[in-house]
Order: sequence, then C-alpha cells, then structure tokens
Amino acid sequence: MKNEVYDVAIVGAGVVGAAIARKLSSYACSTVVLEKEWDVSFGVSKTNSGIVHGGFHYPTSLLKGRLEVAGTIMFDRLQQELHFPFQRCGILVVAFTVEEMKTVERMYRQGVENRIIGLELCNRERIHTLEPKLNADVVGGLHAPSGGVIEPYRFVFSLIESARKNGVELQTRFKVIKAQDEDDYFVIHAEDGRRLQARYLINAAGLYADEVSAACEAERFHITPRKGQEFLLDRNAAGLPGKVIFPVPASNSKGILVIPTPEGTCMVGPTAVEQEDKEDLSTTRDNFERIFHSARRLIPKISERDIITAFAGLRPALEGGDFYIAVSEKQPRLIQVAGIQSPGLTAAPAIAEHVKDLLKIAGLVLTERADYDPLIPEVPRIRRLSPYEADTLLQKEPAYGEIVCRCESVSEAEIVAAIRRGHTTMDSIKFYTRAQMGRCQGGFCSYKIMKILQRETGMSIEEITKRGGKSRLITDRVGDLTVQTPTPPAQDQSGQESGK
Amino acid sequence: MREKRTDAVVIGGGSAGLAAASRIAAAGYSVTVLERENELGGILNQCIHNGFGLQRFKEDLSGPEYAERFIDSVGKQDNVEVLLETTALEVSPGAVHTVYGYSRQGGVSRIDARAIVLAMGCRERNRGNIGIPGTRPSGVFTAGLAQRLINIDGYIPGRRAVILGSGDIGLIMARRCTWVGMEVLAVIEIQSYPSGLTRNIVQCLNDFGIPLYLSHTVSAIHGKDRVSGVTVTPLEEDRSMGAKSFDLDCDTILLSVGLIPDNELSRKFGVRLNPETGGAFVDAGLMSSIPGVFACGNVLHVHDLVDYVSEESERCASFVIQYLKGEYHRQHHPVTAGANVKYVIPNKYLPDTTNRFYLRSLIVKNKAELVVTLDGEPMKRKKLSHVQPSEMVSFSLDAVSPRTSEPGEKRLEVSIV
Repeated sequence: MKNEVYDVAIVGAGVVGAAIARKLSSYACSTVVLEKEWDVSFGVSKTNSGIVHGGFHYPTSLLKGRLEVAGTIMFDRLQQELHFPFQRCGILVVAFTVEEMKTVERMYRQGVENRIIGLELCNRERIHTLEPKLNADVVGGLHAPSGGVIEPYRFVFSLIESARKNGVELQTRFKVIKAQDEDDYFVIHAEDGRRLQARYLINAAGLYADEVSAACEAERFHITPRKGQEFLLDRNAAGLPGKVIFPVPASNSKGILVIPTPEGTCMVGPTAVEQEDKEDLSTTRDNFERIFHSARRLIPKISERDIITAFAGLRPALEGGDFYIAVSEKQPRLIQVAGIQSPGLTAAPAIAEHVKDLLKIAGLVLTERADYDPLIPEVPRIRRLSPYEADTLLQKEPAYGEIVCRCESVSEAEIVAAIRRGHTTMDSIKFYTRAQMGRCQGGFCSYKIMKILQRETGMSIEEITKRGGKSRLITDRVGDLTVQTPTPPAQDQSGQESGK
Repeated sequence: MREKRTDAVVIGGGSAGLAAASRIAAAGYSVTVLERENELGGILNQCIHNGFGLQRFKEDLSGPEYAERFIDSVGKQDNVEVLLETTALEVSPGAVHTVYGYSRQGGVSRIDARAIVLAMGCRERNRGNIGIPGTRPSGVFTAGLAQRLINIDGYIPGRRAVILGSGDIGLIMARRCTWVGMEVLAVIEIQSYPSGLTRNIVQCLNDFGIPLYLSHTVSAIHGKDRVSGVTVTPLEEDRSMGAKSFDLDCDTILLSVGLIPDNELSRKFGVRLNPETGGAFVDAGLMSSIPGVFACGNVLHVHDLVDYVSEESERCASFVIQYLKGEYHRQHHPVTAGANVKYVIPNKYLPDTTNRFYLRSLIVKNKAELVVTLDGEPMKRKKLSHVQPSEMVSFSLDAVSPRTSEPGEKRLEVSIV
C-alpha cells in the first residue's frame, strides 16, 4: 500500500466511476478507484439494459436531461478509442392509439427542443417499414436514429483499462466503511482494514451512495433500489428486431422494451419494482407472464422458447428522480454523484466532464497530460473475422485457433486477454469474452475456462469463483470426501440396460 | 490456409460421426472427421458407467469401451483423416460444400467435399431454458457438466446436491455423486412418472436411499454467492401448490432436464430445422433440405441409447455412399406425425424399399398401439406394451408398393392409439 496521498479517490467502479476515472487519467493527477466487488462493473452497471438513449425523454431543465443529450454524442469517438460493442441501431417509440400518439408527439417536440438530430414522427406505414416485425396494431410512433445499444460491462471494462493504462490505480474488494476528514485529505477505511488517503473523494457508489455519503459524514439521503428483471433471448429468435422498441412510457419507468444487443442477441424487459434490499437480485415467475405479454404486444414473434437466461438488476433511485451531482455542502472536497439511474449510462461520459469541472470548482488544479494516450489495443474476436482473416491471425497467434466457447465462438486467446487484464472470475471472463453467455450457458466451456484460469494465474481449482466471495465452483477433489456406505441394496432387477 | 478436397466431411467425432465415417470409408471414399476435443469418442468418454452396447454387441460395455470399438474401426482405414482439436466454425454451402476448420496447430483449414455429415450431437437444457426463479449463485450445474468434472477432471462440484429431473443422466449422476462422497438429498421430477429407466431408478436411487419426488418442481433457488437451498413445490393436476412447498438445504443443484440438438452449424449451411425435434428435416436418406448435407445421431433428434445412434448413423452413411455414387434416390414421399406422436424421423420415406422410423410419443400409455396409414388407408399396426415421451419407439416398414406405383404423393401418417 502506498503512503502517498492520492489527489482523487473514486468510490465505485461502475460506469460512472469508470468514466470519471478515465477522464481524470488525462490530467496530471493521481487517482485511485475503489470497488467493493471483485471486479469492475459488478454492481448496477452489469445489469444495465445497454441502451444509448436518443435524448428525447427528459427536458434539459433536468440535469439528467442535459447530461443525456451531451453524453449520447460522445459515444462514437469513445468507441473508436476503446473498441466496445456499440451500434446506433435506432430507437422506436410505438403508439397503439391516437392518445398514445399525442404522447409521442410531445416526446418528439421534447427531442427537437433538445436539438436531437434526425428525429422523425412516423405514420403507420413508415414505422412498419422501419421495423417490419412490429405488431400490426401499431399506428405510428417516434424514430430516433441516433439511439443505440452497447454492451455496458464491456464499456466499463474499456474505460477502466484505458484509465489504468494512463496511471489510474484500481483496488477491488475495497468496501469503504469510513472516510475521515483530516482537513487536507480523507483517510479512507476499507472493511478489510486497508486504508488510504486522498485529497478529493468522489462518491459514485451507485446503490450504496447513501451509505458512502454517511461514511463521509456528508449529506443524508436515501437510495431506493428499484428492481428490473430482464430476459436474454437467443440470437436465432424470430422476434429479434433491428431497433430498440419502446412502448409509450408509464409513469415510473420507460416500460417493457425489446432491445437488440450489439452482439446479436436480444433482451426483453425490464420491470420496475421498488424494494429495500440492495442485495436481492432474485428473479420471480410473476413478472415472467407480464414481461412477455408486454413484449409480444410490441413484437408478436417474441417467444419464451428463445430464453437463454433471466436476470435482475437494481437501479439506484433517489427521491425527486433527477441525478444528484454536486460538491457536498458538508464536505467541500467530496463530490456527490448519486441517483444515477436511467439515462445514466448514456450520460456517463458527460457526467465525467461535469465532475471534472466540479473538482476544479472545489479547488483541484487539473493540468492536461502531454503523454495521455486515449487508445487501448483492440483485442481481435475470432467470431468477427472471415476464415481468411482468421488464418492470418492464427499464423501469428495460434491460441485464436483453440475455440473454447462454441455457442459464441470465443477462442482461448480471448480468454487469456481477459485474464491478463485482471478479469479472473468466471463472470468477469463471461462479460469480457462472451464465453458462457450463449445458449449452453457454460455447459461445454466452463471447465475449459477453469483450466486456462489455473494455468494463467496459478489459482487452485477451489479458488476459482463465479463472481468472487464464496461463489466458488468446485469444493473438493475426487477422493477427498468420506464416502457414506449406502443403505443395503434392494433386490437386483437387472435385465435391462442402464446405459444411455 | 491449408486446403484439401475430400469425398465427405463428418463434423463431430462422437458416436454418430465415428459410425458414419467408418462406414463411408469402408466403401472406398475419402473422409475427413473434424473433432473439437483432443480425442475421439464425444460424450461417451465421460460415461464411465456400464450398459452400453447391449443391443449392438450383446455385451455390457462402458461408454469409453463402446467408443473404442468405433475409434479402432476408423483407425484401421487409411482413407479417413481425423483432425482433432479442430472446430468447424464457418461453412459455405454449394454444389461442393466448404467447411472451415479452426485449430491451434493447423490454423484455418479449408475442406471441400461433396457430402457433409452433421454429427455434432446435442447440448443440455439449462436453468435459463426452464426458467427457475430465484437468485443466481454458483453451484447450479447441468448434470452432464458435473459428470465431466467428476469423471474426467476429478473435481467435485459440491457436497449436498439436489437433482432436478429424473432423466437417465440425472439418475446416473445421483449414484455417481454418492460414490464420490457427496450427499444427494433428492431427485425432483415435474412429471408424475420418472423420465429414466426403471432399472436406473432401482440401481441409482433406491439402492442408495435417495428419495424421488414425482410431480414436484424446484420453484426457487436461494443463496447469494453459492447455492444455499431450493424451494420444492408439489404439483397437483398441473397446478403448483405453493402452500405445500418445502425447502431443502443444499449447496449444489444438478439439472437433468433434457437435451437439445446442437444445430448451429446446420443453420450456417441453411438447413431447414424442425421445431419438434430441434434437428434438421430429413428425407428417407437422412439428407437435409440442402443437397449433400446429411444428419444423424443426436444432432438430428435426441436418442435414448447410443446403440440406436450407431445404427442410424450407419444407415445415414449408406445413403451418403449412394449420393457420392450419383445414385441417390429422390422419389421421396412425406411422413407425418399423427395422433399422440411428437415427431417421426425421417420426415420422408421411399416407397419401394424398407424404411426405418424413430418416433416419440406424446402420451403415457400401457398396451398402446402404433398405427400407420397411407393416405388414410391402414397400412400397419403394431402392439406396444408401454409408451411414454421419454422412450423412443422405432419400427421398420417394408416396401409400400405396389399402390405407390400410382402417380402422385402418398402421405404416410404414424399415430399411437
């Protein structure tokens, strides 16, 4: 552990913390990111729906409206620098009645006011041309061609990789329990006893932003987790649309959406259910019927038969519904970045700019670094190459020829690339490479990944976990356990085969 | 890029691929087998229990022993080339088909062949497919993965297991887990009857005192990091009786809830798939909708016994040989599933020869009868002592002529009454 005082400590390595870290890495300032989980993006961000919004949902009188509009246009350049999966596939809001069309028109006017380029109102014919899989009852809607989809965890991984490349440090499994103000700096205590010092503190702790604020003796507020359950559908699903499909929104959420992912699969969801428990990510059956009923209303060909998996995430909702991004009034060297729910992912790059400005206001001197390198190397993905391109790559790097995950066509070289970037849990490797994310959900590849992990890291098989903590996969070796003597055998009824 | 031409490419070196390759090569044609693992044999290699080969060899063999016979037979023929650790990732269909095999050693190999045999096998249905609600901890495994971990890698996935599904893999694993020192608390089966063979219920559950809960299901998985338990809910007349639910404390859940033919590559060939089987639509020669692309074994439909896989794959090979000779018979007539039948394979028949069919029942019934009709006219009846969805039924039908010498299509329909 260093004795030096960091200029900035960022609490939370979700999309917001990662974007801030990367922004600060372009300045001559020492930064450390503190993450309580075993890997970055393991909190709110990993279950994000992955939509880069179109900038028409909120007025710019709201901070989140302003930051969404500013953020959405920053993704093209970020993708060129950081190579995460992102596509501006377009967003449709579809109306079923004349009344709903009136809401759509309001959204259109909102978007025009926000100076979003390319927005169009669509009549029935136009909207069905744009998305032929829509329900025939759709009477019209809004088309936002600049909206798109992104792999949220890949975005976070890339931001952190870039930040680290430029000198930002990362400490995982660092759960902040106390930040003591020592006039010039904070002494930050982790649950496991680790301690470090930083002059400025950024609270980007997502669901736990209220607790971190309390640990700093700053503002009291309450984050309410709002659960969203989603289903991932197979890439062969007949209902897979070309654009993100929104219904006309309900009061507390944007409704059940159908979301094509940039990797060719499709998500259906999310629900919006408030709860108190910040750890409860369980899925339920009750929502199942409702989610698919709603999704089929948009696209009739959506089918439960195509489900690969279900998962739930929690949005960190704050009273009032807007983002809370400000210099703390109680701790002048603490920047609060709380209540970042939708459109937080879209806004994240703009949030980072805003926080950088707030740090300056709070007194931090930020000087641009001459040696800042915004690029990270692009890791080739075998599934994206033609056989001839693949052969050229294989001649140099044979490990690309070892296909580990058959469902998503992931090679050993890609698994190794993930591990060498510090992603050493099974879920981390899944998010980085897509191995285990396809239709067999790891049935064929997880033992191969475990072998590569052991070889690359020296971990024992018992140390390998799904996502850290006690989530290990293997408990013992054959021969370790005492075998119980079975109850006396019943009468042998042989005569039939047992082999299958 | 390495390039080669061969008469037939067999994709998959498991039980289906080996039987097909050996038979095609024996007729004098050159065959290339692509196998992604580092040895031939496929899933048989991890099936170290006995019971294989009773039909075919009249011997009681383990999985690896059964595989060995076919591996030896392939090895004896010098016109078979086996590419191990090679994954067929891309294909390009045509008059001559192209398969691109990826491997660490050889880079990408381009292989052109007139005939392709799809023999990729199947995969296991998993938690997502059956939608078990609850948390998403570690400790949820498909039974086949657990079998692989224990039998090949020597790793034990947990200490207290609940097995969902009473298919044979689940039953075999209940015994296997017990033998390595795990405690198997229960086998849970959603149907009112076991999916596996009676013999396996006796030998793998009863002999070890493992309870089998019929008409029950796992309605929730608990645990944050690792599985801490499951909620088991009884079903009465297909309705779940939430009030009668009970919890079992376990750290492991093994899923034996069915198999799905693995047809990714078939899709890349453009092969038309049958939603009932998850495999290709095939004519009487087991050829798919793409000329020259054949399918056999579990990639075509899931079989109960490997002996049937071998039999079907050898028949497939005989049609591949006809195709390579330019003598492939194309006068096929349709076969459809009638009452109480989930599917019949193949989907077409040849009127002037003996046809062999495989089918699955939709119903459970003792003293059932198989009824075959031709354009509505009864053709054949066969008594079946017992039918249930988990047990495949097979039968042969002799030449359907002379009536089919009349022009026009004659539809064969297979029912169970």
